[in-house]
Amino acid sequence: MVETQTALKTRMEVKSLNFYYGSNQALKDINMPIYDRKVTALIGPSGCGKTTLLRCFNRMHDLYPANRYEGEILLDGESIFGMDIIDLRSKVGMVFQKPTPFPMSIFDNVAFGLRLKGIKGTELKDRVEKALKDSVLWDEVKDRLKDSAFSLSGGQQQRLCIARAIAVEPEVLLFDEPTSALDPISTAKIEELIVELKKKITIVIVTHNMQQAARISDYTGFMYLGELVEFNYTEKIFTKPDKKLTEDYITGRFG
Amino acid sequence: MSRKIRRKLFSNFMLFLSFITAAYGIFWLFWILGSLFINGFKYLSPELVYLDPTPAGQEGGGLRPAFVGHLIITSLATVIGVPMGIMAGIYFAEYGRNSKFFMTLRQITDIMVSTPSILMGAVVYAVLVRPVGHFNGFSGAVALALLMLPVIAITTDEMLKLVPKEMREAAYALGAYKWQVIKDVVMRAAKVGIMTGVILGVARIAGETAPLLFTSFNNNVLTFDLRDPMASLTVTMFNYVMGPYHYWHQQAWAAAFILTMGVLLLSILARVLLHRNLLEPLFYIVRSITGKKGG
Repeated sequence: MVETQTALKTRMEVKSLNFYYGSNQALKDINMPIYDRKVTALIGPSGCGKTTLLRCFNRMHDLYPANRYEGEILLDGESIFGMDIIDLRSKVGMVFQKPTPFPMSIFDNVAFGLRLKGIKGTELKDRVEKALKDSVLWDEVKDRLKDSAFSLSGGQQQRLCIARAIAVEPEVLLFDEPTSALDPISTAKIEELIVELKKKITIVIVTHNMQQAARISDYTGFMYLGELVEFNYTEKIFTKPDKKLTEDYITGRFG
Repeated sequence: MSRKIRRKLFSNFMLFLSFITAAYGIFWLFWILGSLFINGFKYLSPELVYLDPTPAGQEGGGLRPAFVGHLIITSLATVIGVPMGIMAGIYFAEYGRNSKFFMTLRQITDIMVSTPSILMGAVVYAVLVRPVGHFNGFSGAVALALLMLPVIAITTDEMLKLVPKEMREAAYALGAYKWQVIKDVVMRAAKVGIMTGVILGVARIAGETAPLLFTSFNNNVLTFDLRDPMASLTVTMFNYVMGPYHYWHQQAWAAAFILTMGVLLLSILARVLLHRNLLEPLFYIVRSITGKKGG
C-alpha cells in the first residue's frame, strides 16, 4: 500500500477492528498502521467514526457501558486489550477538543500525571518545567505557576493540556481536533508544537480541517461511514488519491 | 386594537402579576423579620445566654441550657450528616448512574428532601428513644442528621453532574484510577457548590423543632451528656410561647431573634461563597457545556 513502509517502524497497528456503541456498529473492519514518530491524521465528514477510532487507541470507550470492541490493536506488538488500562493510558496520552484544565494551579495541572506515577520533589519540579518548555508555554507562565489554570487564555490552556500530556512521556499522543475551539494564532502555535513533538512522540490527530491535515501530517487516513476508505502518505492522499470518494471529499464535493 | 399593542399590553400585565406575587412573598418575609427585630431585639441581654432558667413563674434567668444544647445537637448532626450526605451524593453521581436500583434510590432521596420533619422525629423516636426508655440528646442529633442528609446528597449529586465528562476523561487519559479522578479533579471542581449545599443543609436543620420534640425533648438543667434529654432553642421557644408568663414570651422572642439571625448569616455566607471568584471554574464549566465562548 505504501512504498516507503519498509523503512518505517510501526508503533501501533490496527487489525480488523470493529467497534460497537451498544448494537450500533460505528467502526467497520479498520486496518491501519501508526508509524513511529510520524504524524498520522484522520479526516472525514462528521460522524464518520474518526474520533471513535482515536478513542479506541487509549480505550477511552471503556469508561462507558455497552461499548464493545472486536479485532485487535497492537502497541509495540502487544495487544492493548490485554494491557492494564492504567499502563496503556500512561503510554498513550490524549489531548481533547476543548481545553480541559483541572481546577488547580498551572504547576499542579502539569504535575498531575507525574504525581500519579509517584514522582516527587526536585524531579517533579524539573519534569514540570521541561514539559512546559517543550510545549512552549514556559516563558508565558514561569512567574505564575501558582495561579489557577483557568486564568490562562484558551490557546494557553490547550498548550497546558499538551504539557500535562507530554509530562508523563507517553509513546503515542492522540489529538482530538485540538484546535477547533481556538483562534488562528493559537492554532498556528499548536500546529508548530505538534510538528516539533513528533521528533520524540508518535502522533495521531483527528481534524476537520483538511488544510491542517495537509500541513502537519505525514500520513492520512480518510474515513467514511465507519470505514477507512483510504490510508496513505499525506501528499498522495491530497494530490493523487486512489479512490474517487477520497478525491470528492478532498476537493470539497461533499462533506 | 392592533396585534402588536395587544401583545405588549399582555406582556405588561403578566409582568405586573409576577411583580405582585413576588412582592406578596417578600412583604410577609419582611413582616416576620421586622416583628422579630422589634420584639426580639429589645429583650436581648447577656443574661439570656449565660443564666439558667429560674423556677417557673419567678422572673429573670436565661436560656443557657438551650443555647448550649442547640449548639451540641446541630454540631453533632452536622458531623454525622455532612460526610454521609456527601458520600451518598458521590455515589449517585459517579457510581450509581447506570444502576436502576441506585437511580430509584436517588428519586426516593429527592422525595425525602420534603419529608415532614416530624416524621423523621417519630422514626428516630422508635429506634433510639423507645428502646432506651427516655429522651436523649443523641437521638435529636440523629434526627436532624437524617433531615439534612438528603439535602446534601442531592446538592452534591447535582454539583458533580455539572462537572463535564471531558474533565473526567482528561484525568482518566493521564492514567488515573476512578477514585483519584473523583478526589483530585471532580470534587475540586465542585467544591464550592458542595460547600454551599452543606451550609444550606445546616441552616435548614438549625431551625427545626418538630423532630426534637420526640427525641432530645427539653431540659431545664445544663447538660453536656448526650444520654440525657437536652434542651434546644427551638423546643424551648415552643414551650415558652405556650406558657403563661410574660417574661417567657420575651425570652422566646429574643431567642427567636438570635436563631433567625444565625440562620440568615449562614445563608448569606452560602451566597457569598457561591458568588466569589472561587466559583469561576464552575462557571467556566457551565459555559463550556452550553457552548458559549468563555475563558
